[in-house]
Amino acid sequence: MIRLEKRPEPSRFWTAATPILAVVLTMIAGGIMFALLGKDPVAAIRTIFWDPLFDPQFAAYSRPQLLVKAGPLILIATGLALGFRAGVWNIGAEGQYIIGAICGAAVGLAFYPMESWIIFPLMVLAGALGGWAWAMIPGVLRTRFNTNEILVSLLLVYVAEQLLASMALGALRNPEGGGFPGSRNLQQYPSAANLELIPGTGMHWGVVAAFIAVIFAYVLLNRHMTGFHIRLAGQSPRAARFAGVNPTRLILLCLGISGALAGAAGLFEVSGPAGQISIDFNVGYGFTAIIVAFLGRLHPVGILLAGLLMALTYIGGELAQFMLGLPSASIQAFQGMLLFFLLAVDVLTNYRFRIGKGAIT
Amino acid sequence: MNETAPLLRIEGLTKAYPGVVANSDVGFDLHAGKVHALLGENGAGKSTLVKMIYGLVRPDSGTMSLRGTPYAPVNPNAARAAGVAMVFQHFSLFDALDVAENISLGMDNPPPRRTLSARIREVSEAYGLPLDPTRRVGELSAGERQRIEIIRCLLQDPKLLIMDEPTSVLTPQEVDILFRTLRQLSAEGTAILYISHKLEEIRALCDGATVLRLGKVVANCTPAEKSASELAELMVGQTLHAPSREGTEVGDTVLTVKGLSMAAPHAFGTSLKDITLDLRAGEVLGIGGVAGNGQDELLAALSGEAPTARDAVTLNGAPIGHLGPNARRALGLLSAPEERLGHAAAPDMSLTENAMLTASQRKHLAHRGFLNWAAARRFAQTVIERFDVRTPGPGHAARSLSGGNLQKFVIGREILQDPGVLVVNQPTWGVDASAAAAIRQALLDLAAKGAAVIVISQDLDELMEVSDRFCAMNEGRLSPARPAEGLSVEEIGLMLGGAHDMEVAHVAH
Repeated sequence: MIRLEKRPEPSRFWTAATPILAVVLTMIAGGIMFALLGKDPVAAIRTIFWDPLFDPQFAAYSRPQLLVKAGPLILIATGLALGFRAGVWNIGAEGQYIIGAICGAAVGLAFYPMESWIIFPLMVLAGALGGWAWAMIPGVLRTRFNTNEILVSLLLVYVAEQLLASMALGALRNPEGGGFPGSRNLQQYPSAANLELIPGTGMHWGVVAAFIAVIFAYVLLNRHMTGFHIRLAGQSPRAARFAGVNPTRLILLCLGISGALAGAAGLFEVSGPAGQISIDFNVGYGFTAIIVAFLGRLHPVGILLAGLLMALTYIGGELAQFMLGLPSASIQAFQGMLLFFLLAVDVLTNYRFRIGKGAIT
Repeated sequence: MNETAPLLRIEGLTKAYPGVVANSDVGFDLHAGKVHALLGENGAGKSTLVKMIYGLVRPDSGTMSLRGTPYAPVNPNAARAAGVAMVFQHFSLFDALDVAENISLGMDNPPPRRTLSARIREVSEAYGLPLDPTRRVGELSAGERQRIEIIRCLLQDPKLLIMDEPTSVLTPQEVDILFRTLRQLSAEGTAILYISHKLEEIRALCDGATVLRLGKVVANCTPAEKSASELAELMVGQTLHAPSREGTEVGDTVLTVKGLSMAAPHAFGTSLKDITLDLRAGEVLGIGGVAGNGQDELLAALSGEAPTARDAVTLNGAPIGHLGPNARRALGLLSAPEERLGHAAAPDMSLTENAMLTASQRKHLAHRGFLNWAAARRFAQTVIERFDVRTPGPGHAARSLSGGNLQKFVIGREILQDPGVLVVNQPTWGVDASAAAAIRQALLDLAAKGAAVIVISQDLDELMEVSDRFCAMNEGRLSPARPAEGLSVEEIGLMLGGAHDMEVAHVAH
């Protein structure tokens, strides 16, 4: 009989090793899935993980995409991880991302065609505030009426999507766009454009913000009382209360930070890679960031690496779709496997396997 | 009725856990149609004994026989199959399901819902336990929830029914209904093993009693022939005496609680009613009482976890009732709650982090919100050394420590912060004897240095050993404090509220 036995303390070795093990298991299971689809599994795995970075034909295009895609993921996931650490489950980052993009873009478009250096910083601020305000809705409902922030934040995503469509068709529509949905292209408005900072790297202000957020979150969690209280509240709510933590304040703080970062990510995206508010502006970064946060073990540095890995599977997945003709659903299943295996092998951190019959105590 | 053959005979049952012998050579008989009480203080070994009868724990040695045949249940299923049923102190019910669904979940082969509902109605009417099978459990009172558990047992038609502290969550009216049911059951020939430390209840209900103390049977008696105070003496032993201590200088009043009332924080909590006490520098005030009479709530009100009216609590003359835990710590009022893992300490955090948990202000472990982990580590190391905490080092998780060692760490963490007032709840619960002695000595030393200490405990021996004054909690009320020296067992028993319960029992008839 195989039994699980709780370790007296979490294993340091497995804390570090489980993400790697999960990636390896995903490759194996994904390979089997690709083989069942009639594709060469080794070629598929290589196309996803290797070609985007090192293939002479595609790397020039794909490599900068890595930072472009990882930037918003890392920025959102860092904020979410703070909340997840505290036991505050913001599942609606996608909605905060959309609202941030709308608010930020609206500020930029309001100034059009004026040129000034102050416009872009104002847009960033508006984007962050928009995301913050959208996250405050589940926050206030939770602290005032004890509603479930998971449901409220998730459902607000669909409200945000409707707002986005309405903005793209109505208030923010490009007056010179010939009636097509979508706003003016902010890439073509220098004061509001979030351009590549170093050509050929994909580095834009959003990526810079993501790196700053990682450092900020690291310092907060490891060196500051607020971060200590966040961890305490997540692990042991009664002990947190005993330590003087105010749960209401903590919930609002965590939702606020994650909302603001998601909102900022939305602004960086709309003023940079996406360029405009359109009906299908959001592509699921807010949801994927949840996977990134857990893949990175809710640790800022882990999230940095997990964001890059996730971006790689996105880019590599697209590449595999048109190179090998893999269905896009199989790529999504592949990404889902990654989270599945991570959560599954997570048990090794706190438990060990014992083989044999145990005594009943 | 010892002339008839016993239903269940227990002989020489012994069970030892690391560091403590829970049951030592325990033996007694249970007869059909009789209500038998198992009496003893917390930690006397009552729970271990009934867990052995119910198949949850296996004895190290000793035998049981049921109607003359050997009885050694390997699990509760086997016990139920043999006709032994048990109602636990804590219910295992799902709030979101209705009564019939909850009962069917506990059955091995549940009958169809309509049949089951009919059976539930039938049994509930037959035993005077009104209960609607379609009601949702979340809407029911504690007494009604207990009825579900009882009916769940009665549907199995048990020969022996074990009830673990059944009245601890009931209102007097519900107690009355329960007693009528139990009397009816015993009249029909069911044996009932009734566990309690409420003496008047036992005198009113039980035909026989076995008294356990420190895991041993100290007496078998007929409760109706003994007074409540005689039973209390059997329970706590004759040797309650306050050791004479070095004459402590009692100083000015430092902490005053006046007219403190607080609603119960949750359904099974106790509301505090008009609590008044004052505490002087250099003294130890012992607060006794049976668990669940408001001790946790009182600690929360004093620690600041449950803020109260501004003027209800004053420290050195200043009102502090409205302040949270950290503001009170800054003023010198520290506390150590009963629950070590998850309340006084975070289980998965290291001892260093747990030192930070309460000591960040008084030991200056943080500056402008930024944490000084090196200083926290040094402080944790100091606690470990001064209080002889057995652990490889402060980097280890709190949950890796044994209960006694973690308790030494928790108490040490507060004492080394040099408190003006220290409030501790159950400071030696589940702690082995030597560690318990060390903790008590540390509390006495703290008082000798001029701090004021409140010790909340259910262990009367402990309270008599450390207290200068003693008072008792009963149903959220606190009795006036009396000097501990010279207090007799009888007086303590009365303070603990035995007489109070008796009034209720009489009214109930």
